[in-house]
Amino acid sequence: MDIKDFVEKFAEQFEETDASMFTPETKFRELDEWSSLIALSIIAMVDEEYDVTLKGDEMRSANTIQDLFDIVKNK
Amino acid sequence: MSYLAINHVTIRGVAACVPQRIEENKDFSGLSIEEYEKYRQSTGIERRHCAIHDGSLCTSDLCYKSAERLLEELKWNKEEIGLLVFISHSADYKLPSTACILQERLGLPKDCMAFDSPLGCSGYVYGLAITSSLLSHGFIKKALLLVGNTQSVYASPKDKSTALLFGDAGSATALEYDEDTNETIHFQLYTDGSGKDALIVPDGGCRNPFNEKSLLYEKFEGGNERTRLHEILDGMSVFSFAISQVPRTFKLLAEHTDISPKNNDYLLLHQANKFICDKIRKKLKFPEEKVPCNIKNYGNTSAASLPLMMVTELSDNLKKQKLNILMTGFGVGLSIGTVRLTTDKIVCPPLLTI
Repeated sequence: MDIKDFVEKFAEQFEETDASMFTPETKFRELDEWSSLIALSIIAMVDEEYDVTLKGDEMRSANTIQDLFDIVKNK
Repeated sequence: MSYLAINHVTIRGVAACVPQRIEENKDFSGLSIEEYEKYRQSTGIERRHCAIHDGSLCTSDLCYKSAERLLEELKWNKEEIGLLVFISHSADYKLPSTACILQERLGLPKDCMAFDSPLGCSGYVYGLAITSSLLSHGFIKKALLLVGNTQSVYASPKDKSTALLFGDAGSATALEYDEDTNETIHFQLYTDGSGKDALIVPDGGCRNPFNEKSLLYEKFEGGNERTRLHEILDGMSVFSFAISQVPRTFKLLAEHTDISPKNNDYLLLHQANKFICDKIRKKLKFPEEKVPCNIKNYGNTSAASLPLMMVTELSDNLKKQKLNILMTGFGVGLSIGTVRLTTDKIVCPPLLTI
């Protein structure tokens, strides 16, 4: 699993936010476009791309993209 | 591994009933037009049929009306019905079983096996599995499966995650032992109790008995408020579970039967919300026209959503022709029931209301 790749796939779930806004340190909940629907899209992306089933608590515990990457990687 | 193959059982008919009373989501207080539109786009829901929960209209009433109409159209002799199964999370009483009450109310014989099974979104498929299994022995010839929920009772009026989602409905399905049929019903059943907290009404059972604190409103994220007698819905956990595990049950089912879009007329998905259904449909590679949706007008009706959809979306074809149908119900438990069955010109009265 590659963090660069993960950040890219993460960014693809957003429509309005520019891809340059996303780095491993991005606090994604602070982005204007962040919504519960995007949270679901990210869960779906993780399921499709990494075959990992994220629980609601795991999603809620992540603040940065790196945090989420680590959770997915360790499952 | 919980796969079941049932032979010599046929579905003869299905009927459904909803409360006449409609709640329009756009009229929900505290919801801006933008919020409504956003909600509508992701869940697909515009309105729901909901009972007023004062005891005047219960799940059993919706199932009773469905059953009476179905039996009338089938011209079944009630004396021949030896099995009644009632599946719901909204029973009339803590005890006795609602099935006993319905046996008497429907005028079924006393030589009748009748019991409840409390299940939610997976309940219709579980109900078909239980009922058809019991019939397959060949001793009981005719059975009624009554499935429904008036689950809007569990939605906190101050919690958008459930108050805009839950609708009420009841259904009746008639099944018969059939020596002559060559069709097999294939079931794949799944349970993951580790997800019990994803959908739960915490108080009022034996584990957390009703107490003075049960009625206090507590604040949760997103400005939602609910008491411990209301249902908690962890949308993210349910979503994650549904999009990963539901396709998995189909994969297991595919070891025994044909689940291809080519050889199945319909794929019926529990109407959880549009976003979940779209994801599952795409994963199973089914075209939109084979995957009907009625969530717009009824919301998420839990166990009743599959039979309700048969009535509102498939009625003409169910009556006219032989159909191969895939169905899946998934949710509270967490629990999944997935089935492939064949119907052959069954009775399907128009949607009933009370």
